[in-house]
Amino acid sequence: MDTQTWIYLAVGGSFVLYFVIAILSRAGSTDDFYVAGGGVGPVANGMATAADWMSAASFISMAGLIAFLGYNASPYLMGWTGGFVLLALLLAPYLRKFGSFTVPAFIGARYDSNVARSVAILCLIVASITYVIGQMKGVGVAFGRFLEVEFETGVLIGMAVVFVYSVLGGMKGITYTQIAQYVVLIFAFTVPAIFISIQLTGVALPQIGLGARLADGSGLYLLDKLNATITDLGFDRFTDPEHSTLNIALLTLSLMLGTAGLPHVIIRFFTVRRVADARKSVGWALVFIAILYTTAPAVGAMARLNLMQTVQSAPVGAANANLDYAARPDWFRTWENTGLLAFEDKNGDGRIQYYNDKNPAFADEAAGYGWAGNELTTVDRDIMVLANPEIANLPAWVIALVAAGGVAAALSTAAGLLLAISSAISHDLLKSMVMPQISEKGELLAGRLAMIGAILVAGYLGINPPGFAAEVVALAFGLAASSIFPALLLGIFYKRMNREGVISGMLAGLGTTIAYIFLFKGVFFIPGTNLFPDTATYWWFGLQPEAFGAIGAAINFAVAFGVCAVTRPPSAELQRLVESIRSPGQLKTD
Amino acid sequence: MRDSKHSPARAYWRANLRLLSMLLIVWFVVSYGCGILFVDTLNQVQLGGYPLGYFFAQQGAIYVFVGLIFFYAWRMNALDRRFGVSEED
Repeated sequence: MDTQTWIYLAVGGSFVLYFVIAILSRAGSTDDFYVAGGGVGPVANGMATAADWMSAASFISMAGLIAFLGYNASPYLMGWTGGFVLLALLLAPYLRKFGSFTVPAFIGARYDSNVARSVAILCLIVASITYVIGQMKGVGVAFGRFLEVEFETGVLIGMAVVFVYSVLGGMKGITYTQIAQYVVLIFAFTVPAIFISIQLTGVALPQIGLGARLADGSGLYLLDKLNATITDLGFDRFTDPEHSTLNIALLTLSLMLGTAGLPHVIIRFFTVRRVADARKSVGWALVFIAILYTTAPAVGAMARLNLMQTVQSAPVGAANANLDYAARPDWFRTWENTGLLAFEDKNGDGRIQYYNDKNPAFADEAAGYGWAGNELTTVDRDIMVLANPEIANLPAWVIALVAAGGVAAALSTAAGLLLAISSAISHDLLKSMVMPQISEKGELLAGRLAMIGAILVAGYLGINPPGFAAEVVALAFGLAASSIFPALLLGIFYKRMNREGVISGMLAGLGTTIAYIFLFKGVFFIPGTNLFPDTATYWWFGLQPEAFGAIGAAINFAVAFGVCAVTRPPSAELQRLVESIRSPGQLKTD
Repeated sequence: MRDSKHSPARAYWRANLRLLSMLLIVWFVVSYGCGILFVDTLNQVQLGGYPLGYFFAQQGAIYVFVGLIFFYAWRMNALDRRFGVSEED
């Protein structure tokens, strides 16, 4: 069978699986629709959370980022996993004890304020919508490449599939589909990694292979070889930091706080039965996430080494060491067609020179070889994971598996986000504020309609992405870190915190974070409206806009404490509520 | 009784906070300490083919994170039972 047939089989087969699950797990009540009936086991919930959390960005982009940034991609690895420690220790068990359906519901009840609830709804919707656009784009790209359909058709197919199982099954359908999607995506990510690790080092586990010696008889460690290969071409060392320590640390912290504060992840822990299950379930979620996140550095490093050695097959400067363009491999041609890989023969020798032409220390050496600039003018980071199996000459079914995995990663995250949006609208806005008299049936219907609306908006924005689609992800994490996370943390750990404090804190954190991002990326991301260029020389204290969420959170805390100190404490009843969520069961009275 | 300094609710909460702070210190040390602040120093040491600082940033910290969460769940369940607040009761 050829690759294309395998791809149809793998992607089609996975869709049939999701549909069967959807039919078996229809939602009959609002309990089913919002929290899957509240009876999901901790391991199953952990697996669903992992699929919910790992998006097209984790599956496709992260290893590519590591391939080109090396150590400097570490904030994403530590940030997107370390946030789960905060979630497990500081938020999940208490929110589960409180027992609400949504994040705004907790904030509204804890501070007894519809204003606080509304600010939370606003943050949630902006963060989730910006995030879901990226997923829809991911689905479109994956289908476009693998099923050879138009990008728009790809997005429409994705919308239709999500529609069936999330509108029908709500959280219940989404949970069980996400479990299936996790299995598909983790299999798709690790199988090629194992193959490549064996090829390069003879070690099956990529996590060990990354730290092992090469199997080519040289006796060199893989990372040493990689460092030598790329520094010979003027690139920075793979394993060393390049940016300022402050920026790396704050970026890591912003991603951690954002991870812990993203509503679509938090609501997954409302679905387990007990507080003890919530604690354990975060651990399982991180186990399942860590399998991919510890494999990704190996995929990134090995893909980079394979790419470098394909282009530069002998020592730099040796005759015929550079790849003859006419003899380039098939995967090179395939990706050239997509425009994600491009070659320009600057010195007219018919061979490809791939080196760092921005490094002045290497310029003389390059000129000495007769090189006239880097000739791989485009190497899109995202192709590293997708092209990896082809570069390593793996069998066709592995390539098909990667296609199904990429689609599964994007769909599972999209569904989780859509549920967070629809429940904020039907439960927090409609049931809690606008129409408290609505019946359960009516609310369930409203939830389904909100879900349909959210799918249509997400699909529309996926097909007509605002030019700033990539930048807004910084906004999603910034919002979650600077507004939602502090509000939840203070609500649990500081009994004295009142509504005045939390509202002014959220607005201050939100305002400063948005202001800093707009300063460098343009007001509402409109090109040309930024006050400063988005480069390290202009960033305040060398802080990139993505790293500002942690500062926003600090401002939130400071303002909240300040305002809280000069306003009245919350009622005795609210303080008792805080006490009650702090322990799983009733304390024995003595 | 409920608001006295020695009430069981207060003791339970303090024990929880003590455990939390200890685990968050470990969380900070493995990620921000070993993975970021002292990465250059630790990179002088090799762990197999891994420079140690790089290993913490891209592998080690993640393993420790997983361990921290399960350790917390285990200790908290014990604490819940000791104070009679576990849900099985």
